[in-house]
Amino acid sequence: MSEKKYELIVIGGGPAGLAAAHSAWENGLRSILIVERDKYLGGILNQCIHNGFGLHHFKEELSGPEYADRFIKLVNETGIEVMTDTMVLNVTPEHEVYVSNTDGVSVLRAQSVVLAMGCRERTRDSVGIAGTRPAGVYTAGSAQLYMNILGYSVGRKVVVRGTGDIGLIMARRMKLEGAEVLACIGASDHPDGLARNVNQCLVDYDIPLLLRHTITEIRGKDRVEQVVAMEVDEHRNVIPGTEKTFDCDTLLLSIGLIPENELSKKAGIPLDRRTSGAVVYENNETLVPGIFACGNVLHVHDLVDFVTEESIRAGKSAAEYVLGGGDAVGGSDGAAGGGAADGAASGGAGGTADGGAGRDADEPPLEITNGDNVKYTVPMMARLSALEKTLEIFFRVTKVFGEGSRVVVTQGDKKVASFKRPYMINSKMEKIKIPVKLLEGVDPADGPLVVRAEEGGAAHA
Amino acid sequence: MYDVLIIGSGVSGASCAYMLSKYDLKVAVLDKSNDIANGTTKANSAIIHAGFDPSPDTLMAKLNVRGVELAREIAAKLDVPINNCGSLVLAFDEGDLEHIRKLYDRGCKNNVPGLELLDKEQLHALEPGISEAAVGALLAPSACIINPWEYCLAMLETAVVNGAELFLDTEVTGVTDCGDHVSVETNAGAFEAKYVLSAAGVHAGDVRRLVEEPPYEIVPTRGQYFLLDKDEGTRVSRTIFQCPNEKGKGVLVSPTVDGNLIVGPDANVGGADDTSTDKAGLDAIKEAAVKSVPGINFRMNIRNFAGVRANSDQSDFVIEKAAACPRFIDIACIKSPGLTAAPAIGEYVVEMLAAEGLSLAERDSYVDSRKRPRLGEVSEEERNRLIQEDPRYGRIICRCEQVTEGEIVAALHTPIPPTTINGVKRRVGSGMGRCQGGFCTPKVHEIIARESGVDMLEVCLEEPGSEILKYRSKENE
Ligand SMILES: Cc1cc2nc3c(=O)[nH]c(=O)nc-3n(C[C@H](O)[C@H](O)[C@H](O)COP(=O)(O)OP(=O)(O)OC[C@H]3O[C@@H](n4cnc5c(N)ncnc54)[C@H](O)[C@@H]3O)c2cc1C
Repeated sequence: MSEKKYELIVIGGGPAGLAAAHSAWENGLRSILIVERDKYLGGILNQCIHNGFGLHHFKEELSGPEYADRFIKLVNETGIEVMTDTMVLNVTPEHEVYVSNTDGVSVLRAQSVVLAMGCRERTRDSVGIAGTRPAGVYTAGSAQLYMNILGYSVGRKVVVRGTGDIGLIMARRMKLEGAEVLACIGASDHPDGLARNVNQCLVDYDIPLLLRHTITEIRGKDRVEQVVAMEVDEHRNVIPGTEKTFDCDTLLLSIGLIPENELSKKAGIPLDRRTSGAVVYENNETLVPGIFACGNVLHVHDLVDFVTEESIRAGKSAAEYVLGGGDAVGGSDGAAGGGAADGAASGGAGGTADGGAGRDADEPPLEITNGDNVKYTVPMMARLSALEKTLEIFFRVTKVFGEGSRVVVTQGDKKVASFKRPYMINSKMEKIKIPVKLLEGVDPADGPLVVRAEEGGAAHA
Repeated sequence: MYDVLIIGSGVSGASCAYMLSKYDLKVAVLDKSNDIANGTTKANSAIIHAGFDPSPDTLMAKLNVRGVELAREIAAKLDVPINNCGSLVLAFDEGDLEHIRKLYDRGCKNNVPGLELLDKEQLHALEPGISEAAVGALLAPSACIINPWEYCLAMLETAVVNGAELFLDTEVTGVTDCGDHVSVETNAGAFEAKYVLSAAGVHAGDVRRLVEEPPYEIVPTRGQYFLLDKDEGTRVSRTIFQCPNEKGKGVLVSPTVDGNLIVGPDANVGGADDTSTDKAGLDAIKEAAVKSVPGINFRMNIRNFAGVRANSDQSDFVIEKAAACPRFIDIACIKSPGLTAAPAIGEYVVEMLAAEGLSLAERDSYVDSRKRPRLGEVSEEERNRLIQEDPRYGRIICRCEQVTEGEIVAALHTPIPPTTINGVKRRVGSGMGRCQGGFCTPKVHEIIARESGVDMLEVCLEEPGSEILKYRSKENE
C-alpha cells in the first residue's frame, strides 16, 4: 500500500474528468491522478462520431472523439498521471479511493476528489415496457458502441423510442448503415432534441416522427418481431385502443440517462432527488468536504461544452480547496469531517481570512431552489463570499416557453434578477449568471433563492 | 448403452443426475435448449419452502421437507448461494388467522421444524417493514432463499465432473421400448439406455405422450415478477407470503440471495413457453404487494420476468413408471415446491431405480465439491492473490455487479460452459444489475467470442435465432 497522497484524484476520464483535472493543474495543483475504467480516456465521446461538439467552447464544430482528443492532448502536456483500465470500487469521506486493476486492488489517498463518473442509460424495465425478452432491444448507447467502436450493425428494421439528441442521432446512424428506420417515437408533443438535430437526422433522412406515443410491448421469441406503440395523454398515460404495431427486428431505447452515483453514495454524499446527482455548492463541492462533482454524474447535460465549463470550475475549486489548506482542517490523518451531516456548515474551508478556499468557514450558505416551471437547479447552495463575479445556475424548465419568456429569481417577495429568453424547452438545459452586485442585499437567513420561469408578459406585473 | 438417460436439465433432472453420479453408472442428460435449465428452473420465486403447504401424507409433503434439509447440505458442499432467512405468512383478518393456524397444524404434521404463530407485536418487532394492517403471522424459520439456477448448475456440473454426459440442443422426439432397454430418438440421433427418466417440466406431457397417453394434464401457468434494485433489498429480511383470498394465492415479497427484492408472482394459464410479461398483471402484483410491504418503491424496478409453472390437474407430484414402458420413469407435475423438493426427488428416483434392479455400486473417486471464484465476496488478500494468478481478475467488466473478466473467463472454461450472453449472466451475474447489461453486454460478447473462438456475429443472447448483431458495418446488402 503506497503512502503517497495525491492532491487530487479525479474519478472518470471522460470530458468532465479531463477538464477538471486540467483545470486543477492550471490552478496550481501538481499531483493529480485521473482514474478511468476504460482502456482509453475520452469517455462516451469516443463513440459519438457525429459532429456538433465544441460550438460553444472551441467555436468550431468537432466530432466527439476530436473534442475528447483536444482535452487528452492538454492533459498529456501536463504532469497529470493517468490510470486507465482501472475501476474505482469505493470512495470514503476521508478521500480514500479503492481501485481494482490488473495489478491488484489497492487504496489511494488524496487531499481532494472530483467525481466525474458520468451516467448510465435507462432500460426497458425502468419504464415498464412489457412483453417478451428477445434479442434486438438495445439502449442507444450500446447500439452506438457496437456500430461505432466495434464495427457491427445491430439491426435492419428499426424503431427508435426517444426523440432526444441521442435518439435522433442513432436513428440517422442506423439509416446510414443501411437499415430501415420505421419511426422515431416520443411521448411529449414536441421532439426532445435540438431543432437542428431534428432537421439533420429525421427530416433529411425521411425518418417518420411519431409524437405523443410510447412503446408498451415487445413481441418476438428469439428476436424482436414487433413492437406496439400507444398514444399517451398529457399525463403520459396510455390511451386504450390506440395500439399501432410495427414489424421490426430492432428497438433502440433512448429514454433518458441516470447519473451514476453509486460511489457518491458510498462516500456518504447526500444526493438531490430532482437531479439524481449530488447536492453541491456554487463551486461544485458536495456536502462532503473536499469532494467535488461535475459533468453528467452531477446532472444530465445535453451539451459537452457545458460539461466542460462546469468541470473547469470543479477543478479550480478542488485546487483552491487544497491550496487553501482545506484538507488540513479535516486532517490528513483521514477524518475530514466524518461525513455528510455537518458538511453544509463546515464546508471544508481553511478558515484563512483571505480565503485560501475563498470563503468563511462559518458562513451560512444561501439555499437555491426551483420555483414555478423549473425542474431543478444546480447548484442548490451558494456561499456568497466565495462568489467571484457571478453566481451561475444551471436549470431545466418543465415545458416549452416561447418568445418573450423570462427567468425570474426571487427571495421571498423580493425580485433579485430577471433574464429574458427567446425560447426555452424542457429538454434543453438553461443557464443564468446572476451578477454578484445583484446579490448584495441577499441574506441567506431570509430564505432560499427561487428560480422560476414565466411566459411572455407576466414578468411585467 | 447408458445405464440411465435423463430428459431435461432442469432442477429435477439435475438432481437425479447428481444423486446418480455417486454410483458407478453411465449417465447422460439431454436437453433441447442450448443451455441447461432454461425452463421453469430459470424463473421462479427461488424459495426453499419450509413445507407447511402440502397436505400431509402426500409425496409432495414428504419430498418438500426432506428437500429443505438436502438443499442446505448441497448448497454448502457445492458453493451455491443460499440464505436461511425464514418466511412469514401474514394474516390481515380473522379468516387469515384461521388459515395460518391451519397451516401451522399442517406443518406440524409434515414435521416442519420451528413453526411459530406470531401476534401483531411480535411480527412487527421482527419485520418493521410490514404493513400495520397485518395482525399476525406464521413464522417458518427453516425456509431459505437460494439461487435456483446456480443450484441446478452446481448439481449438474458435479454430475458431469463425475462422468455424466450432457447433450444440449438435443430434443427428444421419440421413445421406443426395446424390452431390455429403451431407445430415445432425438434431433441429434438415437440414444440407448437401460432406464429413462423424463424430467421435462412443462413439456412432461409431450414426452410422456411419446410412450403413452399421460394420466395427467399439464396446465402451464405463467407467473410474473418484479426484481428491484439492491437499494430496495432490505425492505424485509424474510420471505413474506400472503394468505390466499378470492383474488388469488397472494403475492410474495422477498429478499434474494443477491440482495435484490423480488415481488410476485401472479398466475395466468397459457402457453408452455410463454414467458412474456403484461402490464395489467404487473400492475395487479404491485397493488397486492404493497398490502404486505407498503414501502416498496417500484420505481426501483430493474427487471420484469415471468416463469411458467408445470401446474396440472393433479394435486400431488407424479413420479411413476409408464405402463407401456416400465423402463421409463416419468417425473411430472413438478409444480411448486418443486425447486425445494428437487434433491429429494433425485433420492426418491434413485430408490425407485434400485427397486427396479439397477445395481448401485459407489464410485471409487467421487468429487462432491465445487467452488467458483467470487471476487466481490473474498478478502482483499485473496483478491490480490487471484489477480496475481490471473490479472483478468482485476479487470471489472460488469460495473453494477462488479463482475471481473477473470470470473467470466473461468465460467467459459467450466465443465458446462455457457455460449450465450444470458448463459454468462446466469453463471456470474454480469448484466444482473441496475443498467441491465447496457454497459457490459458488448464486453461480455467480445470475451465469449474470443474465449470460444467464434465470430461476434454468431453469439446469441439466448436460444439460436437470438443473435445480437446482424451484420458487419458497411455490409448491408
Ligand atoms: C412462478 C413460479 C414460482 C415458483 N416458485 C417456487 C419456489 O419459490 N419454490 C419452489 O420450491 N418451487 C417453485 N416453483 C416451482 C419450481 O420452479 C419447479 O417445480 C422446478 O423448477 C421444476 O423443475 P423441472 O426440472 O421439473 O422443470 P424445468 O426446469 O422446466 O426443466 C425441464 C427441462 O426439460 C427440457 N425438455 C423439455 N422437453 C424436452 C424434450 N422433448 N427433449 C429434451 N429436453 C426437454 C426443458 O428444456 C427444460 O430444460 C415455481 C415455479 C414458477 C413458475
